[in-house]
Amino acid sequence: MLHLEGITKRYGSHTALDGITMDVPSGQVFGLLGPNGAGKTTLIRIITRITGPDEGTVTLDGHPMGPEDVVRMGYLPEERGLYKKMKVGEQALYLAQLKGLPKGEATKRLKAWFERWEMSSWWNKKVEELSKGMAQKVQFITTVLHEPKLLILDEPFSGFDPINAELIRTEILRLRDAGVTVMLSTHSMASVEELCDNIGLIDRSRLMLHGNVREIRRQYGTNTYRIEYKGTRVAFANALSFTGELVDVQEGGEYAVAKVKLGKGVSLNDVLRQVIGAVEVHGVQEEVPRMHDIFIRVVGEKEPTAVTPGMTE
Amino acid sequence: MNKIKLIIWREFITRVRKPSFLIMTILAPVLIAAGVTVMVYLSLQESDDHRVLVVDEAQIIGGRLRDSDKVSYYVDNRPWSDSAFKASPYTIMVEVNEDILNTNTVLFFYKELPSVTVQKVIANELEKTIELAKLKDEQIDPEAYGRVRKPLVMKLFDIAKLGEESLEQERAGIGFFFGYFMFIFIFMYGVQVMRGVMEEKQNRIVEVLISSVKPFQLMMGKIIGIALVGFVQFVLWIAITTTLVTAGSALLLKDRFDPAVIANTPMTTEVQGQLAEQAGMPDMEDVKFLQALKKIDWPLTLGMFLFYFIGGYLLYSSLLAAIGSAVDSETDTQQFMFPVTLPMVFAIFTAQAAVYNPGSAMVLWCSLIPFTSPIVMMVRVAMGNAPVWQLALSMLLLVGTFVATTWLAGRIYRTGILMYGKKVSWKELGRWLFYKG
Repeated sequence: MLHLEGITKRYGSHTALDGITMDVPSGQVFGLLGPNGAGKTTLIRIITRITGPDEGTVTLDGHPMGPEDVVRMGYLPEERGLYKKMKVGEQALYLAQLKGLPKGEATKRLKAWFERWEMSSWWNKKVEELSKGMAQKVQFITTVLHEPKLLILDEPFSGFDPINAELIRTEILRLRDAGVTVMLSTHSMASVEELCDNIGLIDRSRLMLHGNVREIRRQYGTNTYRIEYKGTRVAFANALSFTGELVDVQEGGEYAVAKVKLGKGVSLNDVLRQVIGAVEVHGVQEEVPRMHDIFIRVVGEKEPTAVTPGMTE
Repeated sequence: MNKIKLIIWREFITRVRKPSFLIMTILAPVLIAAGVTVMVYLSLQESDDHRVLVVDEAQIIGGRLRDSDKVSYYVDNRPWSDSAFKASPYTIMVEVNEDILNTNTVLFFYKELPSVTVQKVIANELEKTIELAKLKDEQIDPEAYGRVRKPLVMKLFDIAKLGEESLEQERAGIGFFFGYFMFIFIFMYGVQVMRGVMEEKQNRIVEVLISSVKPFQLMMGKIIGIALVGFVQFVLWIAITTTLVTAGSALLLKDRFDPAVIANTPMTTEVQGQLAEQAGMPDMEDVKFLQALKKIDWPLTLGMFLFYFIGGYLLYSSLLAAIGSAVDSETDTQQFMFPVTLPMVFAIFTAQAAVYNPGSAMVLWCSLIPFTSPIVMMVRVAMGNAPVWQLALSMLLLVGTFVATTWLAGRIYRTGILMYGKKVSWKELGRWLFYKG
C-alpha cells in the first residue's frame, strides 16, 4: 500500500535519511523502530507531507502521493498538543474540519466517540482543565475521526497510564481489523511484539532491518530449543551426544530445563529421537529472540564503526 | 481555500470571544471619553462666585469693569489693609498701582487660589480697561487703534495650485495622524501574530495542524485573522468613543458656554484667542484645521491609507511571524525584535519631521523605502505633495517587498515551527531559507 523508494533528506551537511526503501503493507500494523535521532520523525514527516524528500518517492496505493492524500492520513505526532484556551469540543471540531470533514458529520462522529470513551462531559471544558492523559485521548480521537486509511502514530503510548495505553492498543487493533494501515513508532519493544506485523528499523539515517516480525525474530534465532524433561542431567547429555550443544541446564523443579543448540544439519526431530529414550521429554519450545535483543544487537553492533560525517550537528 | 477560511475564522473568533477583548473594546473608549469629558468639564467648571475687590487709588479703572458669569467686580478708590481684606466678604483683591500705565503690573491677592481660567478672565478684563485708559492718556482714537492692532495673517499658496490657500502644514498633521495610527496598529497586532505563532509552537499543536494544512496557509490565516480582530476593535472604538463623547458633552457641557462673552469684541485678538481657547471655541488654528480637513483629497488619502496600512501590516506581521516561529520563548525574541522595530520607530520620527519639512531628502527616501514608506508616505499624501510617479514607485516597492518578506517568512516559519529547544542565530535563520520544502 505505502511504498517508499530511495528516500533521502539532508539538512545542510547533515544527512537525516539516506536512501530509505521500504514497504508498509495494507491493513497491518507497521512498527518504525530506531534510537533517538535516527531519522524516524523525519521519515514520518515526509510521509505526512509536512516536509519533502530531497530524493526518492512515496507511493500510496500505486500512485505517487499528492497533496490530496493528506485527508486520507491521520497523524499523531510525538510533539503533540492542543490549544489550551479552546474548548475541547470546539477544538476537536476545528481539527476535524481542517481534515475536510463537514461540520455536521464531524459533530456526529465526535459525539459518538466521546460517548464511547465516556468523556461527553469534557465537551465544554477548556483543554487546560484536562489532565495530560485526557488531552491525549482527545488527540487520538481527532487523529482518527476522519477515518483515515493510513494512520501514523509517533510514540502513541508515551504519556498514557497503563489503562489508557491499553485502550489505545485495543483501538489500534480494532482499526487494523477494519482495514486501516497503521504505522507506529515506539521505543516499547513489548508493544512491537504484541502489535506489529512488520517493522522497519532505522539507525543513523539508514534502514537496517525491514520485514515481518516473526520472520525477523526467527532469522535472528540461534537455532536453540528449550527441552523440559524428567531424568538426570548426565543421561540427557549422553543421549544428546553430538546432535547438539548443551548450552545450559536448570534443575531443581519437577522438570529439568535444558537449552540445546542444534548442531549443523541436525533437525529438532533428530535430537528428540536421541534423547527420548534416555529421559522423559515433557515439553519443547523454540528459543525466539525478543525484539529488544534484536534491537540492541542491530543498533549496538554498529556503534564503534560508523560515525557518519555531519552527524555531529 | 476553505481551510484558510477556517483558520482565519478560528484566529478571529477565539480572540474576539476572550473577555479581555470585550473589556479592552469597551473600557478603552469609556476611559478616553470619560477623560475628555471630565477634562473639558473641569476646565469650565467654576464652583464658586468670585467677588473681586479692585483697589484703584489712582482712579484709572473707573467703573468700566464688566461682571461676567462667575466674577463680579467692586472698585474702591481708598486703600485697603490686608487685615481689612481678610475680614471682608471679597475673595480676591487686586491692587492697581498708580504707576500702572508704565509698569503694566497689578498685584493679585487671594484667599483661595482661583482657577487659571478665572485668573485669565480677570486679567483680560483689567487689561482691556487699562488699554482704554492708556489710549485716552495718549489721545489715540480706540477705533483707529483697533484697526492698527490687527495681527498679521500669512496665507500660504502653492504656486502650482494658485487660487486656493494650501494649508499644507495642517494637512500634513492630519496625514501624520493616519501614519501614527498605522504605527500603533501594526505594532500592536504584529506582536499578536508573533505571540500566536509562539503559542502554537509552545502548545505543540502546530505539527498536528500542518499535517492538514500548509504552513504558509497557517501563517497567512493567522495574519489575516488577527488583522480582522484589530479592524473590528478599531471600528468599535471609534463608534463607541464618538457616541460617548458626543453624548457626554451634550449632557455635561450644555449651556456651559456663553457666546456673548466672546462676541464682546475685546481689544486684542490675543485675548480673543485665549478666551476662545478657554471656552473650547475654535481659534484660528482650529479653523485652519477644519479648512484643511475639507481640502484633503479624501478618496485618495483613504485609498492610500488602506493600501499602505495593509501593505505595512503584511510586511511587518509576516516578519514577526517568522520570529515567533524561530524562538521557543518570549525572552528569545529580543534579539530579533530590535532590527524589525527599529525601521518603524525611525519611520515615525521621519513622518514627524515631514510635517515641518516635507521637502527634505530623507523624507523623500523614507517615503519610497518599503519599511518606512507606509507611515511617511501618508504624511505626503495628505499634504498632496507626492508626485504620481513617486507614489506609484513607493507602492510598487511595497508590494514587491511584502511579497518577498511573506515568502521569506514562510520559509523560515515552516522550518522554525518544528524546531524545538534550539537557540537560533541569524546565520541559522539564513540557512533555513535554503532548506528544500
